[in-house]
Amino acid sequence: MVATVETNADPNAPLIRLDQVGMAFGRQQVLREIDLVIPRGQTLAIIGESGCGKTVLLKTIIGLLRPTEGRVQFDGRDLAQLGEKELTRQRIRFGFLFQQAALFDSMTIAQNVTFPLRRHTKKTFEEIRQIALARLAEVGLPESILSKKPAELSGGMRKRVGLARALALEPEVILYDEPTTGLDPIMSDVINELILGASQHHPVTSVVVTHDMRTAQKVADRIVMLYPLPRLKPGDPQILYDGPPERIERSDDHRVSQFVRGEAGERLMEMRQQNGR
Amino acid sequence: MDALPDSKNHERRSGGPLWLVIDWIADLGGLLMDAVIGLGNISMFGLRTFGWLFSRMPRKETLLPSFYQIGVLSLPVIALTGTFIGMVLVVQSYVQFRNLHMEAKLGAVINMSLARELGPVLAATMLAGRIGSAMAAELGTMRVTEQIDALVTMGANPIQYLVVPRFLGCLLLIPALTIMADFMGVAGAFFYAVHLLGIDAHHYLENSQHFVGGFDLFAGVFKSLFFGAAIALIACYRGFHCDPGAEGVGRAATAAFVYSFVMILLLDLLLGIALDGVYYTLWPQTPKLF
Repeated sequence: MVATVETNADPNAPLIRLDQVGMAFGRQQVLREIDLVIPRGQTLAIIGESGCGKTVLLKTIIGLLRPTEGRVQFDGRDLAQLGEKELTRQRIRFGFLFQQAALFDSMTIAQNVTFPLRRHTKKTFEEIRQIALARLAEVGLPESILSKKPAELSGGMRKRVGLARALALEPEVILYDEPTTGLDPIMSDVINELILGASQHHPVTSVVVTHDMRTAQKVADRIVMLYPLPRLKPGDPQILYDGPPERIERSDDHRVSQFVRGEAGERLMEMRQQNGR
Repeated sequence: MDALPDSKNHERRSGGPLWLVIDWIADLGGLLMDAVIGLGNISMFGLRTFGWLFSRMPRKETLLPSFYQIGVLSLPVIALTGTFIGMVLVVQSYVQFRNLHMEAKLGAVINMSLARELGPVLAATMLAGRIGSAMAAELGTMRVTEQIDALVTMGANPIQYLVVPRFLGCLLLIPALTIMADFMGVAGAFFYAVHLLGIDAHHYLENSQHFVGGFDLFAGVFKSLFFGAAIALIACYRGFHCDPGAEGVGRAATAAFVYSFVMILLLDLLLGIALDGVYYTLWPQTPKLF
């Protein structure tokens, strides 16, 4: 099985904690003073319009991006302080479903799904094959696609293979980056069901980054809404809403209700004025 | 490093000619700074590659496809290039040597040029185009489509998994391909000179043997080790730092070739000077052509 990883002794301690996290690319500030605590077993949806820093926030949680300010703690450890080996040991406690699935296109579907198993377990070829088949069956894909290359699959199938790969090591945390973007409504709902199913099969903490309100309301226990920094006043918090899905529609903040209802409002006028300048 | 200004985002002022000059100096400073930062980044990239190379060897399943791509698939093009270089050298030099009635000396000059210069440099240039661009485009596409991020999330180090096998492939197989290019060049030149131009085979070979020594062969292959390392590091670095989109991938592939080519020529000059120094120190009395 996977190399044993020391976990925090206190099961009630939050699994992920972000303290005053800020992120800038050159002169462009994307995140500012983000405080976020994610308890074990919670499914958190991070919503917000394009460019508000949702994906950047997701990537800082797994240490793909290092915050320029503040710190990210996973299970009591500051990711920035960990060495290469320890960071790898912590990372394999995560599963990550990328926006475009990020399947390795030089490999077959079988090689893609079994990649983490071949790398981090000492299981036999047959055991690994059985796990891969079980994961693919979980996401509703047949055995016949094992020998295919990712380029031969549709967008929805690629996403499901990506999910099967993310689930391969039975991770404690699953991070979903725009899981339903670019899919038809039926396939989007299939993915929503799979996200729900993944947390029902074994205890898992999930963070779903999305701008699809149907996904957020269907899968999440809690919703956090981020707002793009350039639109905020200097002292305003970047997190506009942090609470249960059922309350978000009753939010007093017009920026939240505008996003939830999907209304352009004054935006088009603003864009035209900016371009006409 | 992100906080440092670069040539692209430096603030431009409008005003008189004095400001134009100031802007120009600022642009120049920005370019210089970008170059220094780039050099620092690629050096760090190279050091990390060496670090992984000596700490953990990559698995066979990642080495073999790289070696196959770099070595086996390059063989036909290298053989063809070598053969033509040899024949072209004969065509270009034959008339001058015939005017001096020294056709038989052709073998010495041609084989010396092939072993020391043209074999290694042209093979490396050819491979920078064939392998370097392909590697930069492949890794660039992996960067753009988040496949490199996916590797990291699954606990694989991208330098160890992607760069080290390619680096080893270039380091070991580009010298081997250079030997192949040398051999085909020598054979191509011999065929053209002896069978098509009618130069005496015995004298052609005797002159070659007398003038071209083991050190010349060694010098060419030694240089190709550095060419191989430079091609791999530059191509992988450009791929890893690829800008988004198809345009970014295209630019990475082009830049990989252009920078590799310039580096091959620069290394050729520096190593040529160094190897000559070694040669004349070891063997002060060298055979003379005339």
